[in-house]
Amino acid sequence: MGRRGLSESSSDAAFVAFERVQKSYDGENLVVKDLNLSMPKGEFLTMLGPSGSGKTTCLMMLAGFETATHGDIMLDGVSINNIPPHKRGIGMVFQNYALFPHMTVAENLAFPLQVRKLGKSVQEEKVHRALGMVQMNDFAGRRPSQLSGGQQQRIALARALVFEPELVLMDEPLGALDKQLRETLQFEITNLAHELGITVVYVTHDQTEALTMSDRVAVFDDGRIQQLAPPDQLYEQPENSFVAQFIGENNTLEGVVQEIKGDACVVKLDSGDIIDAIPVNVQSVGDRTKVSIRPERVEYDKSRLKDGAHTLKAEVLEFIYMGDIFRTRLRVAGTDEFVIKSRNAPDQTRLKPGEMIEIGWLPQDCRALDA
Amino acid sequence: MTDAAGPVLAADGTPLKKSLNRALRRQKMRALMLIAPLLLFILITFIWPIAQMLLRSVENQIVSDVLPRTVVAVVEWDASTEEAPGDPVFEALAQDMMVAVEQKQHTRLGSRLNYETTGVSSLFRKSGRAVDEMGELAMDQFVALDEGFEAPANWAVNLGTADWNAALTDWVNNGEEGNAPRFAADPGAAEALPQTTRLYGDFANFVASDGDNPLDEDIWPILFHTLAQELPSADLSSVAGTGLPLVAAQGPVAGFETEDIKAAFIDIDEDWASVEVWQTIQTYSPDFTNGYFLNSIDMQKSPDGAEWRPEDQQIYLTLFWRTMLMSFVITCSCILLGYPVAWLLANLPASKANLLMILVLLPFWTSLLVRTSAWKVLLQQQGVINELLVWIGLVGDENRLALINNATGTIIAMTHILLPFMILPLYSVMKTIPPSYLRAAKSLGATNWTAFWRVYFPQSVPGIGAGSILVFILSIGYYITPEIVGGTKGVFISNRIAYHISSSLNWGLAAALGSILLAIVLIFYWMYDKIVGIDNVKLGG
Repeated sequence: MGRRGLSESSSDAAFVAFERVQKSYDGENLVVKDLNLSMPKGEFLTMLGPSGSGKTTCLMMLAGFETATHGDIMLDGVSINNIPPHKRGIGMVFQNYALFPHMTVAENLAFPLQVRKLGKSVQEEKVHRALGMVQMNDFAGRRPSQLSGGQQQRIALARALVFEPELVLMDEPLGALDKQLRETLQFEITNLAHELGITVVYVTHDQTEALTMSDRVAVFDDGRIQQLAPPDQLYEQPENSFVAQFIGENNTLEGVVQEIKGDACVVKLDSGDIIDAIPVNVQSVGDRTKVSIRPERVEYDKSRLKDGAHTLKAEVLEFIYMGDIFRTRLRVAGTDEFVIKSRNAPDQTRLKPGEMIEIGWLPQDCRALDA
Repeated sequence: MTDAAGPVLAADGTPLKKSLNRALRRQKMRALMLIAPLLLFILITFIWPIAQMLLRSVENQIVSDVLPRTVVAVVEWDASTEEAPGDPVFEALAQDMMVAVEQKQHTRLGSRLNYETTGVSSLFRKSGRAVDEMGELAMDQFVALDEGFEAPANWAVNLGTADWNAALTDWVNNGEEGNAPRFAADPGAAEALPQTTRLYGDFANFVASDGDNPLDEDIWPILFHTLAQELPSADLSSVAGTGLPLVAAQGPVAGFETEDIKAAFIDIDEDWASVEVWQTIQTYSPDFTNGYFLNSIDMQKSPDGAEWRPEDQQIYLTLFWRTMLMSFVITCSCILLGYPVAWLLANLPASKANLLMILVLLPFWTSLLVRTSAWKVLLQQQGVINELLVWIGLVGDENRLALINNATGTIIAMTHILLPFMILPLYSVMKTIPPSYLRAAKSLGATNWTAFWRVYFPQSVPGIGAGSILVFILSIGYYITPEIVGGTKGVFISNRIAYHISSSLNWGLAAALGSILLAIVLIFYWMYDKIVGIDNVKLGG
């Protein structure tokens, strides 16, 4: 009783909450290590991470197909640890769609309504409405095998929504589709989720998907959430070098913190060069650090740099024309993998291999992270 | 690219279609050559025997082959008169029997007709021993009239063509190398004395086929009888040969004392006067018969068409029905026992599933006979199971369960033997059902049972279908196990087929029973295709 009161107060606005959840399959290794997460109603949260990072396990625990080894999973303030999956009322979209092949589209959609013993007319109306949501009304009589991948995905989505769950889980639902279809469906899913006001937990290993769809993204690695933040924050202000590396393209320079002054610091790179950065994950002078800088934030036009900014010498190794942008690979401070991106504007200079340039950046774009 | 109206050309100028065909033909030929041994093997060991079986189930040439004259003569006979046929039929029978006895065909025919009417076999064998005495009365009178009738050469000159006679002489002069030339009837003789000429032809050909000289062998007595019958009223103007003193004999022969062939036959065995025997001969005289098939469904031929056999002779319909029913029970028990095992196999972790799979396959590596005999040990009245039940006290010592030598024994043993045939297709289908379906169903609110029944089970139906077809068809034709554990109440139709093949030697009936079995299987297959759809049968993948 006391415990329940505590958890309710600690997660007031939380609709879904993981409290100190651990999961082990073999009793020796933890797949999920001490997971704490709470999300409000109506949020679109994405669990992003490399395979084996524990994100799908988290989703399966939430759906009820796996049990947590330790900790509580709360739904709307109630622990659902001991509630079987079919009583949780959580909609779920599977990676391979899991549409029942022996039923038509309409029968697939009616299935959750039938097991809830709704009346025939109510069923029909709801199925019709759900199919309308995904613009698939014409396909009610088809079998799943007669549909394309994108259509099947739409039906799977409609089926997860038809019984009006408040929480919908999606396990890499777009993984099997081609790029263009994926982008269309990303857009449709987010729109639908916001229109209906449902809470979505979305699992993917595709960072673009995570960034474009979510309200917040939880980056998983090694059974932990590395960072939980809105997409822009995640991209621009990664909290550690894993997140910086995992999200988007990133340049890493390694060195030692030489000086910390409030929200600015100076890092001496291993090559001896000195650069400016903001201290994110470094505590004291002398700490080793990986400095992260996004390719599009690197400047080689001196006029755009602050006075007194530190600059680095760079040799152009490769120039790649990519249409909308130019991607240039440089040798900087001992690494050959330093990449800068510039917009293909009319006045943009096209660098040539062998050219020597100077590059720099605004200190706030350069983050000193853990080594 | 080129002229749109003309055919598309390949790079070397030949029409594209042609060069494509050529390219494909080589592939096809190669493929065909690879499968040729198998194709040939199947053709020889499968298609050919089945065709033979189908043919044998309706084939009936033996009657018209052995009794060609009788079969023609008896057509006119009306069985409803309740009297044996008249003299002409017996005359024909005597001629046919003479030939048949010499060729030793009459016993074969006897056993063939014995399938239809018991006693015919011994009737033919008995008559065969006496038939060569028929006609001796006529022979004696002819020889007394003119000694020339006794010389075989005279018969040859009179009844055969000049060419045949010449060839025969050549053959004799050449040291009787090989067989004598086949008889060629002189047209004039055949016109004047048709029966005599024909019978002499049979005589000459038989002697020739024996490697002997027709000019040396004694003429069959029945030939004299036939000649005595025909000669008086014959127009001899067309007979050119001058061996036998036919013209001179024509007058005296009319005064010959004639032998009553019919009486002679009835004297040998009074069954020849039996309407039933003659009915059988008449009914089975066509080259093809549905008699075997009628027999297979407990019917028989009668003058008024097909009719049911007497109650106490009906056996096959019961057997067919029992075979069907027990196969159905066996199939059902295989489904009940096999489904959970297949489910376990498909859902256990690989290492445990492999162990279980070995247990499933183990019976395949044990001899069928050993397994079946093991059931005998287990199931008999003093066997392991009964002893155990008595020891527990579940069953009294005096009323031990009869588990063997009846239908129960057959069902138990055959379910065990056919179980792998159910488990394996089920397993391979279940293996392809992703666990996410069950999860999806549960996430949509279905209980474990609903999820299984509405989502998992329908998808495993193709496996059940494949397994059921396999088990049902295998068990419908099963033979060894029912033979060993089935007693009398637990045997199948196949045991009866085996009996007719190896013991009663009534291959025609066995073939008909087999053909019916084949038809039943095909009908079931067709029904299954209509109801479940054969596309839905999966043995894997």
